[in-house]
Amino acid sequence: MELGIPEFCLVVLIGASGAGKSTFAQRHFKPTEIISSDTCRAMLCDDETDQAVSSEAFDLVYTIAAKRLALGRLTVIDATNVQAAARQPLLALARHYHVWPVAIVLQTPEKVCLERNVGRANRNFGDFVVKRQVDNLRRSLRNLRDEGFRVVHNVTPEQVDAIEIVRQRAWSNRKTEHGPFDIIGDVHGCYPELERLLLELGYSINLTPGHNYGFTVTPPADRRAVFVGDLVDRGPDSVAVLRLVMSMVETGAALCVPGNHDDKLARALAGRKVKQTHGLAETMQALAETDEPFHQVVRQFIEGMVSHMIFDDGKLVVAHAGMKQELQGRMSKQVREFALYGETTGETDEFGLPVRYPWAKEYRGEGLVVYGHTPIPQPEWLNNTVDIDTGCAFGGALTALRYPEREFVQVPAFAQYAVPRRPLEYNASQLAAQQENDHVLNLSDFQGKLKISTSLMSQISLREEQTAAALEVISRFAIEPQWLMYLPPTMSPSETSQLDGFLEHPAEALDYYRRAGVNEVVCEAKHMGSRAIVVICRDSAVAQARFGVVGEQIGVCYTRTGRRFFSDPELETAFLQRVQQAISKLNWWETFDSGWFALDCELLPWSAKAQDLIRNQYAPVGVAATASMSAAQTALQQTVTRLPESVELQALLAHTQLRQQAVQGYVDAYQQYCWPVQSLDDLCLAPFHLLACEQRPFYDRDHEWHMQTLAALAEAEPRLLLATEYRVVDLHDQANVEQAIEWWQSLTAAGGEGMVVKPKQWVVQNARGLVQPAIKCRGPEYLRIIYGPEYDLPENLARLRKRGLSAKRSLALRELALGLEALDRFVNREPLRRVHECVFGVLALESEPVDPRL
Amino acid sequence: MLMTLSTTHTPATDLGFILHKHPDRVQQFELPFGSAHVFYPEASPELCRVALLLEVDPVALVRGNPGGQGMLSQYVNDRPYVASSLLSVALGAVFSSAIAGVCKKRPELVEQHMPLTVELPVVAVRAKAGLGLVKSLFEPLGYSVEATSIELDPSQTVSQYAYLSIRLSANLTVKQLLTHIYVLIPVLDNSKHYWIGQDEVSKLLRKGDGWLAQHPERELITLRYLRYQKSLASTALEQLLQATAPEIVEQTEAAEEAATPEIRQPSLHTQRHIGIVQRLKAAGAQRILDLGCGEGKLLRELLNDVQFSTVVGMELSTRSLAILQQRAERLPSHQRQRLSLLHGSLLYRDQRLKGFDAAAIVEVLEHLELGHLPAFEQTIFGFAHPKLVLVTTPNREYNQLFPSLPADQLRHRDHRFEWTRAEFAAWAERVAATYNYRVTIEPLGPEDANHGAPSQLGVFEDAT
Repeated sequence: MELGIPEFCLVVLIGASGAGKSTFAQRHFKPTEIISSDTCRAMLCDDETDQAVSSEAFDLVYTIAAKRLALGRLTVIDATNVQAAARQPLLALARHYHVWPVAIVLQTPEKVCLERNVGRANRNFGDFVVKRQVDNLRRSLRNLRDEGFRVVHNVTPEQVDAIEIVRQRAWSNRKTEHGPFDIIGDVHGCYPELERLLLELGYSINLTPGHNYGFTVTPPADRRAVFVGDLVDRGPDSVAVLRLVMSMVETGAALCVPGNHDDKLARALAGRKVKQTHGLAETMQALAETDEPFHQVVRQFIEGMVSHMIFDDGKLVVAHAGMKQELQGRMSKQVREFALYGETTGETDEFGLPVRYPWAKEYRGEGLVVYGHTPIPQPEWLNNTVDIDTGCAFGGALTALRYPEREFVQVPAFAQYAVPRRPLEYNASQLAAQQENDHVLNLSDFQGKLKISTSLMSQISLREEQTAAALEVISRFAIEPQWLMYLPPTMSPSETSQLDGFLEHPAEALDYYRRAGVNEVVCEAKHMGSRAIVVICRDSAVAQARFGVVGEQIGVCYTRTGRRFFSDPELETAFLQRVQQAISKLNWWETFDSGWFALDCELLPWSAKAQDLIRNQYAPVGVAATASMSAAQTALQQTVTRLPESVELQALLAHTQLRQQAVQGYVDAYQQYCWPVQSLDDLCLAPFHLLACEQRPFYDRDHEWHMQTLAALAEAEPRLLLATEYRVVDLHDQANVEQAIEWWQSLTAAGGEGMVVKPKQWVVQNARGLVQPAIKCRGPEYLRIIYGPEYDLPENLARLRKRGLSAKRSLALRELALGLEALDRFVNREPLRRVHECVFGVLALESEPVDPRL
Repeated sequence: MLMTLSTTHTPATDLGFILHKHPDRVQQFELPFGSAHVFYPEASPELCRVALLLEVDPVALVRGNPGGQGMLSQYVNDRPYVASSLLSVALGAVFSSAIAGVCKKRPELVEQHMPLTVELPVVAVRAKAGLGLVKSLFEPLGYSVEATSIELDPSQTVSQYAYLSIRLSANLTVKQLLTHIYVLIPVLDNSKHYWIGQDEVSKLLRKGDGWLAQHPERELITLRYLRYQKSLASTALEQLLQATAPEIVEQTEAAEEAATPEIRQPSLHTQRHIGIVQRLKAAGAQRILDLGCGEGKLLRELLNDVQFSTVVGMELSTRSLAILQQRAERLPSHQRQRLSLLHGSLLYRDQRLKGFDAAAIVEVLEHLELGHLPAFEQTIFGFAHPKLVLVTTPNREYNQLFPSLPADQLRHRDHRFEWTRAEFAAWAERVAATYNYRVTIEPLGPEDANHGAPSQLGVFEDAT
């Protein structure tokens, strides 16, 4: 015998002690699905029969059950549950978590129970106990449904061995259906517009009078329509809309969830007293002209609809008034009411309409919720939800959302059929709903442990202290989060060179990529400046519309930790205008069909940003070292004239002279990268990545493309922009490799910082995972300002060679994944929270203590 | 790092006996942080000059001190080149017998006063203190002081660092001179020392025997020698002067306060808090938020009044918060129970901040970037929406009454802006209108007829 239960429900076993509940449970459910009061007793006091801890044991039962139900897990309660009072808390739990309570009653005769208890140790609590339990049970039986159990199964001793539990899919669960779908907004009786929309979507409509409600609709290949409800009222022909949709549902061409207007119509047709307002009177009148049996068919059609539907592995949810994440896939009166009406705050607005609770603002679910109910001028995305009721009956439009394409198809209303009490444009702000909501982020999304999924790395974990550090850095120093669409990853140096006098050398960098299976690399000259991300818009209107910033800003220039580069707003604007003009000159706005671009650059000179560092660290050390070494040398030379034969003295003098040269080299090195910045003309911007534009991120283009594209940009504005020198190197061509090394030698000999080696493709994965996106290889003189003036004295270099790169490299990869994910999410117009999460993650990782000299 | 010591005592080469180092030899000594070399550039009966050259190992200096942030600065570091505590350590090791006053061959030389000159080619001093400090440290001990400053790279004009080349001459015993150098060079250098510990107190006392107790700068010397570690400093002072400790501790704290570059007006600080607490009390508020509670001074005031049944302090800096949490553990339990501390930011909407009677935001606003103000307004006034919001911020007009504050400079390095009275009023009125508050603005602190009070308070009352 089959007993059907919903796949997700709360099963309450009912039966006297000795009725065989535990045996039954173990036979039909997973051990982890069963919560037994006896087990809980034992957990608390080591004795599963100790009635003294019953109250504590049941607290534990309810706690575990609550957690499981919150997580969406079927749960079985194994306790006697023979009294109504014992069942009440369980029913309350089921209501609270919107799952059906299911009663399975084991009607084992008293005699059998008693016999079983005799055979068991520790169950000699007297026959009267069992007798009373069986009594209680008998009295309960007929009330179980009234108490609130949605399914009641009685199991007699004869049946018990033949029982099979069948778990039935929830009505809302259509996760195995993947579409594609055409989701259609509130039709409200607008038959002509619906017909036009279906035709535009590629459906063919044939009239078949007298058969299938008079229509046969054939969808385009594999597609299916999904109606968000509110088929009737207000528009010109609610009956025709009903016939068309019922015919489509009948043949499987469409699915439909109910709207509040549909629900009210069904109640009116069932003969209940409802206020016939908002167009219901007209619909009832039109139905009156059809035959009586059709009324009942309509009623059954509406009553049979499921409150909401979940498709495509949970990635798509359709409900008339939307669906909160915690209610999705659940079943209760509240779930249905939420689907029909949404929630209201209890207040009314100036038009006398209830104020709706903005559930979508707080929505954080993975599934895209498509809904209608609230008419708005244009469909609006907000936190992975979209309202597609564009008020067709009010003279707006009928909207369909093509899924998974996420495209809208609209048919403007042919007429205004009804006047809304609240104008459609009411509350429509200049900022899009998403931006308005995003203007401020929620702390709860960024506090504590975080796990971020990216397309390059499945999950990046951040510890609590890392996110705390990121919160501090962002709040104190970063620019407005709306601008912060990318942060660059850290970059590892090459493995340590064993060549005399070198700590870093290109041979190791090139070798790293050869071993990683890369054939071609791009070597780029490394400019010693400060990393700068530049976001530039065509005008301030684009900045407002796309980034949601206020005022006359046309872009921003920020550092690798998200700080605004310029403290002087006039200088920043003048700087950005030069970049803007270069882009205009090349006509990129049209070529790339984009109102904005993001560039990854180096901004020179180093002293522009590092003034404090130079003033308080580099310059003082240079001065002190120079004075100190020259005094030492003078004293030594004086002593040498006095004691010319001393070998130790000669050695000490030679060593001191070597140190003095090192100090001079250090002073020369840091001064290379400093020049006074009096005006914009003293600044120089070297872009090396074109990060993204409105249409796409560009990390799928190879670095040669980036170098060439950005060289063209530099040519358009030579006063500010600098094209970076580069070489493409075939790693299997030894001559080519040697040329690259020679090039590095000449760059560094001329005072250059060194070079960056990148695989030709930006993102490279091999069998071991992601490959470093770039490796820097710094010149020996430059390294003095990193490792100290005297780092290259043989005794120092030998020790400095012992450096570990693995932590740095692991960070670089995680930060790469986060940075590119941020670009993707921004270009895909995901909520700011999702973009912010990634840049937040980069900063959180940067709080890791890694040797800063790497 | 080099130090030379010379004498014109006759015969000058007696210096070799006192130091226990032969003038015709070049000697090397291994130290934990590198090596020391002793040699004599001059050694005639008229003039004898000994040189102590320290080769500080820059790698060892860092390797011994692991830990993220400081590492880079330790590599590019002036320590190997300037006279610092490392010199004292070297003196102690290389010239130990001279400092101890032991000279077996010529014991009479130990107590012999002679004309001595020390040259230190590079000494680091804080720009402000400079030459004056050298004089006030050494002149009371009988030295004549010559000091020339070493010019920085001309392109880097303003720096917190300055270096002096100094030459000190006095008629003393070698033991006295070495002892003075041992104690006073770290005081002068006033930078990270490499040997702070409890035994430093006894070392200082031993080396200071006979001169430190009378030195007019004894407090500064003790404080700096022990590198501002107050507990150590006060122990040392107590032992040194055997006098009433509390008084002296207060003095040293005041001295330190005066030494900090920021402008501090403790009285203003307290006045602000008293004003805030009075307001909250008068409004009958019970559940209070202190947003940006910093060191927790206002929290302490609030906990002292039982009207405030729930006191929540929120702070962005995890460091400050950790200190606060430690302090909170020590509160009596009935106070502790009324207090919660949160890590949070004023720029993110925070559910935990809802449902409060009042929020105090004391001298916090000016630490926010201007671009972040809209987010701040929305989170606090819009979302958290306490019934009463008290916001204080400096009045920029008042700045010219601070004598030490250069024109156009803000009061604190981390201030992103400071507003005039009109600017604050305009902001407050716009915010009040947007988020449905009634606002009044009041001066905080003593009012000047032309420039107003040092601080201004906006009182926002919920108007719904």
